[in-house]
Amino acid sequence: MKKIIALALVVILAFSVLTACGGGEKEDVIKIGVYEPLSGSNGAGGKQEYLGMQYVNKVCPEIEIDGKTYKIELVPADNESANEKAVSAATDLISAGVSVVLGSYGSGVSIAASDTFADAGMPAIGVTCTNPQVTEGNSHYFRICFLDPFQGTVLANFAKNELGAKTAYCLGELGNDYDQGLVHYFKEAAEGMGMKVITAEFPKDSADFTSYLTSAKNEGADVIFAPCSIQYAQLIVEQADAQGIEASLLGGDTWDSNQILGAAEGKDVEIYVSTFYAEGGDPEFEEGIKAWINENAEAKTNNGGNDMIAAVTVMGYDAYFTALEAIKAAGSADKADILAKLPSVTYEGVSSAIKFNEIGDAVRDSAYIKQANTADVVWDFVTVATVG
Amino acid sequence: MQEFFAANLPYLLSGISAGGQYALIAIGYTMVYGILRLINFAHGDVFMVAGLVMVYTTASLPMYISIPIVLIATVVLGFLIERAAYKPLRSAPRMSVMISAIGVSYLLQNCALYFTGGLAQTYPAIPFLSKSVVIFGATTKMVTVITPILTIVLVFVLVALIKYTKIGMAMRAVSKDFETSQLMGIKINSVISVTFVIGCFLAAVGSLLWFSNYQSIVPTSGSMPGLKAFVAAVFGGIGSIPGAVIGAFIIGICENIIKGVGLTTFSDAFTFVLLIIILLVKPTGIFGEKATDKV
Amino acid sequence: MNTTLQPKKNKTGSYIAIVCLVVLYAILFVLDNFVTGSSMLMLMTVLRKGAIYSLLCVSMNLLNGFTGLFSLGQAGFMLIGAYAYSIFSIPRDQHDTVYQYFGGGAIKFSIAEEIGKLLGENAGNWLGAIVAIIIAGVVAAIFAALIGIPVLRLKSDYLAIATLGFAEIIRAVFQWNGLGVITNGSNLLRKYPTFADMKIGSLSFATVFPFLIVTVCIGIIVLLINSSYGRAFKAIRDDEVAAEAMGISLFRHKMLSFIISSFFAGVGGALLAMFQTTVAATAFTTAMTYEILLMVVIGGIGSVSGSCIAAFLYIACNEWWLRFLDKGGIGSVSIPFFRDGFRKVVFSIVIMVIVLFFSKGIMGDKELSFTGLVNKLKKRKAARIEAAQAQEEVDAK
Repeated sequence: MKKIIALALVVILAFSVLTACGGGEKEDVIKIGVYEPLSGSNGAGGKQEYLGMQYVNKVCPEIEIDGKTYKIELVPADNESANEKAVSAATDLISAGVSVVLGSYGSGVSIAASDTFADAGMPAIGVTCTNPQVTEGNSHYFRICFLDPFQGTVLANFAKNELGAKTAYCLGELGNDYDQGLVHYFKEAAEGMGMKVITAEFPKDSADFTSYLTSAKNEGADVIFAPCSIQYAQLIVEQADAQGIEASLLGGDTWDSNQILGAAEGKDVEIYVSTFYAEGGDPEFEEGIKAWINENAEAKTNNGGNDMIAAVTVMGYDAYFTALEAIKAAGSADKADILAKLPSVTYEGVSSAIKFNEIGDAVRDSAYIKQANTADVVWDFVTVATVG
Repeated sequence: MQEFFAANLPYLLSGISAGGQYALIAIGYTMVYGILRLINFAHGDVFMVAGLVMVYTTASLPMYISIPIVLIATVVLGFLIERAAYKPLRSAPRMSVMISAIGVSYLLQNCALYFTGGLAQTYPAIPFLSKSVVIFGATTKMVTVITPILTIVLVFVLVALIKYTKIGMAMRAVSKDFETSQLMGIKINSVISVTFVIGCFLAAVGSLLWFSNYQSIVPTSGSMPGLKAFVAAVFGGIGSIPGAVIGAFIIGICENIIKGVGLTTFSDAFTFVLLIIILLVKPTGIFGEKATDKV
Repeated sequence: MNTTLQPKKNKTGSYIAIVCLVVLYAILFVLDNFVTGSSMLMLMTVLRKGAIYSLLCVSMNLLNGFTGLFSLGQAGFMLIGAYAYSIFSIPRDQHDTVYQYFGGGAIKFSIAEEIGKLLGENAGNWLGAIVAIIIAGVVAAIFAALIGIPVLRLKSDYLAIATLGFAEIIRAVFQWNGLGVITNGSNLLRKYPTFADMKIGSLSFATVFPFLIVTVCIGIIVLLINSSYGRAFKAIRDDEVAAEAMGISLFRHKMLSFIISSFFAGVGGALLAMFQTTVAATAFTTAMTYEILLMVVIGGIGSVSGSCIAAFLYIACNEWWLRFLDKGGIGSVSIPFFRDGFRKVVFSIVIMVIVLFFSKGIMGDKELSFTGLVNKLKKRKAARIEAAQAQEEVDAK
């Protein structure tokens, strides 16, 4: 009997807590859901992307609709970089009553949550999920970044034309559809141009990449393409230096992070990445966000301990404003209204002008290529790459 | 010939280095199993925590102070885990103790997740160990060379300790027969504590070497090396220290050869294939003693 | 003593159980169709996931708690089930989208559509899902039989580590690009029918469906446990040597238990696939097995009803009630230690406390039986009347 009482108590307690949470709801608040990995292998990237939204929420915390001012509240939900947590994280957002969802960093979790959002009629704006399957066949999922087929081709072109590579060694995480997707498109494009491509996979939670790098060296690779999450990229950069690898390291948008730069500091490695934004694109914005990061200790920790702006942070910033534009266009916080207006929303973002095509993808025809400057620990702008 | 050698030596070097680090963890497994008949699933996570302690201490203290702190903290952690999670269950069924070990592993990983905020931590470079060296044309880190040597030295010290000291004798007695040795006046609890202390000390040394080589720590960093080290202990014959070391080197080297051959998808799975084969062909491992069933 | 061991003396309990189940389905049906609003969504999610994990826990309990075989391969069999279900259920016109890197895949049919052609779309939908779920279980069971032959010779912790190893091998094989035309390699499987597709007309059975499947499965397991096979399993658990001396074939019964447990793990995996709407092999790690094992321990090793209660409690706490621990405070009040990950720390401490101090779990090895409950209430009533009478007597004096 005691146990039953204890159980009942737990249930009552939990419910009271819940109602306490729900009770604080006010009429003039619009909630924007942040569906990001705040832990797990993509935790670092997810936090940086969230940082951009947190910053803009400080800068622009209100929105005016029909003469009435609403406060905007960000509601985060951690998907733990894991597909199996996606459904409950998404449900958490929906039941919190958000009007629109931003995210996620990482394509797998976005695809995994897509149906849950669709069933609730929830509009979602993907920030840096580049796999084509995120928006394909969905009317509720949009995104403001470029796609993997584009990015893979851009990188293959760059490897062939700028670096003069003849052989490429591709390394992706086993079971990660972002990695494998990008490798697939890179391989397709590179082989089409007559390059030799070798692919390899490493299991989840790998730490030892030395043998992969040795294989790359033995195959005579001129470039090593490893579009994996930051956690692994750091290790690859570090070990490539220790092993004296001469081939260039090539990364996708995940690699554009100050943590990679930190790992490469003072090392003898050549790193190129393709990304959404190059530092210096909008000095006014950068000044503001850097000041904010330096003032805020937690933000600084989440940004990897310095105030360098990652492209994903900029994308988070743009996504927030895109969502605001949609809310303004809809003239209400109702998700159905927002969903109806989203396809026609345009916004002049910091990273580029944002406009959606009929699938819901951003019309973006250029990617920035940057090189890691290991002496000054900054990204050097190399070129703007386009296809076609 | 020389070309072939230069091309393939790095695989061997990586294998030996990984093997040495697995060995240091595997000893902890094999000793605990020898005495308590317990797969200490938390051992891999202790190894991960040792790495995190190093990250946090070096943030404010110089290297020569932080390394001893790491060793002491890990040993204390191991001691506490044994006292809090395993000692109360001494008379419970073996499955309960194993579940307790899984619980501790879960707790350590979640605490690590909480304190790191889910971000990968960069391990500090230990000046001497992180230097690059060139061996027969293959470039690698100093730690790769140091690891096997240090491992073998430590194993010799440990074997001598078990063979010639009083506590070593007590350990051997306890692993032979738990109840009888208790009747003979051996203080079981202190013997078990010493076992955990030694195991955790070696895990801490292992973590210094491992993370110097692969400088990134996440909460799950300990689980795969831990599992592989356990497989190594089974492979060598659980309860046998030289067996665990040899098993670890075999697994480390095979794993890297598999990667070199190009079967990268199966580099982890291969370890388990090896485990199942050895369990079916010779369940007691290479050096294990034949266990008899008591009714 | 296990109350379900003895033959039922009266049928009241069974009647109450049946009535309760019917009421439960009715409530779920109403929740599915007539109660809308985003706040109910979390409840529905927790109920669905809880039901699926109940089945997974009970299937693990059959092996670990009733037969005494310490297997850690659950996640592997779930993976097989989830993949088998989704591979055979993806609609034909979605193949090119899902298997985008593998030319549309090698399996060019969907069970639901094939049945739909014969019996009409509605029947195809329901029967197709059920047939695919059964196939998922059968495929998992076949794998279990193959793995069991060598592995079941091993004892306790060796068995645990070998099954764990097999689960890891299975995971690597399913992610291998060489099998990509079937398993889609490292990429997600999706677009197959999910709970939301379980409809008749406009009426949704999104929560009723998993509960139906799970109750049927758990019912079969309970019947098995109460049969002569179940008694043999328990004899093996309590003392292998004595059981063998009594003429119980050890290997045959262990094998049977292993295969049946894996069958239901496969079914659970298929349901989980339906719940998640996408399947990726990366999710089925040892951590998942550990999680299920911990639920079994919380519920009580050797108690079916305990496993179910624990599964619902665990899922509800983990996914819903304790989420506020991660949010930095309650409402607008911020509490210092509350931030991402705190929920998991609290959770693992609670689990350790249960493992160490309440090692019997919620139910021990007893069952929550309605007969028992009725008897208990009757006894209590009788006791109360007796006490009242005694009190009256005292008062009278």
